[in-house]
Amino acid sequence: MPDDAPLLSVRDLRVSFRTFDGQADVLQGVNLDVPRGTRVGLVGESGCGKSVTMKTIMGTLATPPARVTHGQIMFDGQDLLTMPAARRNRLKGTDMSMVFQDPTTSLNPVFRVGHQMEDIVRWSDRRRGIQRNHKARKARVLEVLEMVRLADGERIYDAFPIQLSGGMRQRIIIGMALLNEPRLLIADEPGTALDVTTQDEILRLMDDLVREEGLSLLMITHNLGVVRQMTDHVYVMYAGSVVEDSPTAELFDNPSHPYTKALLACVPKLDGTATYEGIGGSLPDYTDPPAGCRFHPRCPHATDRCLTRPPAFTVRPGHTAACWLHEPEAHA
Amino acid sequence: MEYLFFVVRRLLWSVVVLLGLSIVIFTIARVVPGDPARIALGPLAAQEQVDKLRTEMGLDAPLPVQYARYAGGLLQGDLGRSLLTQQSVNSDVRQTFPATLELVLATLILALAIGLPLGVLAGRYKDSLFDNLGRFVALFGVVTPSFFIALLLQLLAGYVLQILPVSGRLSPNLEFEANRTGLLLIDSLIAGRMDVFGDAVRHLILPTIALAAATIGQIARLTRSSMIDVSRKDYIEASRAFGIPNRITTFTYMLRPSFIPTLTVLGLEFASLLGNAFLVEMVFGWPGMASYGVRAIMQNDFNAVMGVVMVTGLFFVLINLVVDVLLGYVDPRIRIKGSQS
Amino acid sequence: MSLTTPRADRLRAVRRAWYRFRRNPAAVVGLAMVLLVFVVAIFAPLVAPFPEHVGGFVDFRNRHQPPSWTHPFGTDNAGRDILSRVIFGYRISLTLVVFVLGLAVPFGVLLGLLAGYYGGWVETVIMRLTDVFLAIPALVMALAITAALSPTLLNSMIALALLWWNWHTRLIYTTVASLKHEEYVEAAKVAGASDFHILFRELLPNCVSVISVKTTLDAGFVILIGAGLSFLGLGAQPPTPDLGTMVSSGANYLPEYWWGSIFPGLAILFTILGFNLLGDGLRDLLDVEVN
Repeated sequence: MPDDAPLLSVRDLRVSFRTFDGQADVLQGVNLDVPRGTRVGLVGESGCGKSVTMKTIMGTLATPPARVTHGQIMFDGQDLLTMPAARRNRLKGTDMSMVFQDPTTSLNPVFRVGHQMEDIVRWSDRRRGIQRNHKARKARVLEVLEMVRLADGERIYDAFPIQLSGGMRQRIIIGMALLNEPRLLIADEPGTALDVTTQDEILRLMDDLVREEGLSLLMITHNLGVVRQMTDHVYVMYAGSVVEDSPTAELFDNPSHPYTKALLACVPKLDGTATYEGIGGSLPDYTDPPAGCRFHPRCPHATDRCLTRPPAFTVRPGHTAACWLHEPEAHA
Repeated sequence: MEYLFFVVRRLLWSVVVLLGLSIVIFTIARVVPGDPARIALGPLAAQEQVDKLRTEMGLDAPLPVQYARYAGGLLQGDLGRSLLTQQSVNSDVRQTFPATLELVLATLILALAIGLPLGVLAGRYKDSLFDNLGRFVALFGVVTPSFFIALLLQLLAGYVLQILPVSGRLSPNLEFEANRTGLLLIDSLIAGRMDVFGDAVRHLILPTIALAAATIGQIARLTRSSMIDVSRKDYIEASRAFGIPNRITTFTYMLRPSFIPTLTVLGLEFASLLGNAFLVEMVFGWPGMASYGVRAIMQNDFNAVMGVVMVTGLFFVLINLVVDVLLGYVDPRIRIKGSQS
Repeated sequence: MSLTTPRADRLRAVRRAWYRFRRNPAAVVGLAMVLLVFVVAIFAPLVAPFPEHVGGFVDFRNRHQPPSWTHPFGTDNAGRDILSRVIFGYRISLTLVVFVLGLAVPFGVLLGLLAGYYGGWVETVIMRLTDVFLAIPALVMALAITAALSPTLLNSMIALALLWWNWHTRLIYTTVASLKHEEYVEAAKVAGASDFHILFRELLPNCVSVISVKTTLDAGFVILIGAGLSFLGLGAQPPTPDLGTMVSSGANYLPEYWWGSIFPGLAILFTILGFNLLGDGLRDLLDVEVN
């Protein structure tokens, strides 16, 4: 395996759900790469499929009602979707780990923080054949609590989640993901449930940790500010597929997909030049999606061509947009 | 430390509830038409006699004074005297309560031993054959009147199959006095009388099943639905994502939070269990508080009735105290909040 | 996720509800059972094969007849048709349900609304009172009250109503306590709406689904406890055909004449089961918690 191959590579991932109203194709061919040592963002509004993508990668998607109908998820050269369950389980919480979103619901309320963290270490040790006693495990937990800048680790180790503030719990959740020195960290909008100042601290902490530990990061968010601050490369999702991907700076300078443009127009600017504009309409019904490009009913540039689904066209090197406006012939 | 505060608070609260209960019962007893003194002496007694007894019984004092005397008696564990037999209600209760206690405790143990695993497994293997069967059984446990189950069991196991006794606590040919705890099962073991023990168990089986059916159903249904609720929580997804094995996730991380609603409702359910115990005791001729209470009711012996209700209420409050203390142990949220506010 | 038109949303909600109801055959069966009991009870004189057997009718030549085509449930110790008496017995059971819940539910709901909305000492007084009443085993207390007032159907209904309101108070209290900070309530307050308006026009309508589920489930349990009371001889007095009384008087003739007890017992079971299935179905349908 060459080292320049991406650590995580998702190819044409399709997931559908059985629902009250019939089959819903929630992911229709998602492609995305997380190269080693980079920070990648996956951005989109609520319900665009980013959480489903994340859960599919982590293997926590409930099946049924969901079903992976097609695609590959390559992690370090191996396909997660076809490997034996035991092998995949060995990766969970160790090589790839996850930072959960909501500090109020992601910690078990009836077990002490130390118990929960130590259990993660204990069971991953078991799977990897590492011998460590309680004392060594506890030492590791305390070490990680220090890593996430929590003073007074001993007290936190013995505390129940309810005795801690939201910001502290969010740090613990980050710490849980770091316990086994993962290579890939998947983060689901960490800190959105917190106030802005605390969220900012959390994000800065994550950023530091990613750099210090040399992690690859896949950050899922709906917040463009977070994307700009935290990522090197960004994927924009709309209604179950990636509509644009680009280096982060480039995306903000030169948004190419009409959806991305509209999304950026929604962000108020500090200099007050831009006026706030919403995107007309809403996400489509997944059980009865529009034909072709799913954005076309809301798109100001829609033409008859949009009834056929556009492939990802290269706008510049490393920057693609799935929109007929960027079809090479159209420029020629 | 916080746990101790919590327990003390619950204790104080139990006293308040009992105080409230005594007021409610006293009020009911005093709004009842009819003169207790007249009832005690019968319709033929002369009016002077009745008046004299009224004074003796303190019935001519103002109501608050009467209540104060009554409550004072209760605090010393005195339930008053039976209007009819003039015996102290305490000694009557002392004689009948152990039988009820034995039945109710056996029922609780059976209900937990069957209801919990049933609910946990049904919730874990939702929509499986086991789940559907279990739900069916649980539903019938909940909706069938306990006295009807008791009759069916009597008919089936007692008369048709003739494998178990259908009445009483002990066969009449066995000589045994339960004089330590009053519980036959325990006292016979202490005395080393295995014949008595076996006989008592055989007598206990049918009433216990009849009484437990509803509670088993309730526990199983609740545990099942809370297992399913908890399985959808973020922290369970997290536990899976961190690679904790499924059995640990299910039987540690899901189980403990799932018990919280079950325990809470079990405490409240205990009231209907006590009520049903009255019915089941009547069907099986169980020499507990029910037959004593029902007889007292039929004869308008209101002091005895008040005594029975008070003891039943005390029993309920005690069980709920135990449940709350357990809840506080299982759920840190309860004990931490409970010790602060 | 969607910002479609309200009409489309409503349609979708109805479709979804119908989908769930169809997928829940138990609820459909429960509804059918409850309807059957109501119809049979209302038209009892027309439905019952021997309506004259309901009162103090005696026919000793026909006593303890086993089930047959003429008497599908057999006859009792006075030679009366048990099926006819069961059908009339449903009238008593349903009267009990309507009376008890008709008194207890509005009262309990009102207290719950007040406690949840006002908080403070109103909440303390009401909820502590509720707690005290929770500590009283309903059947035991109903026994005491009924006995004190003399055992009649009316008195057992009064006793049950006195002991039933607190469950609804608790339920509505928790519902309202979580609703009162919703924006529409705050908005109504800011707009200067009266407390009366907020309580009965804003909060109460949002409790309707909880109340209806709880009430349906309760109907079964009122019948259950009522049957227990009359089983002990504290309900409607003979010769009125009360199902619980029939079970207990039939029990005197076990095991030979088992039908005298078993059929009325099954009849009780049938109604309670019906209300329970329907209540569970409604709960899933309306997606509410009632514990």
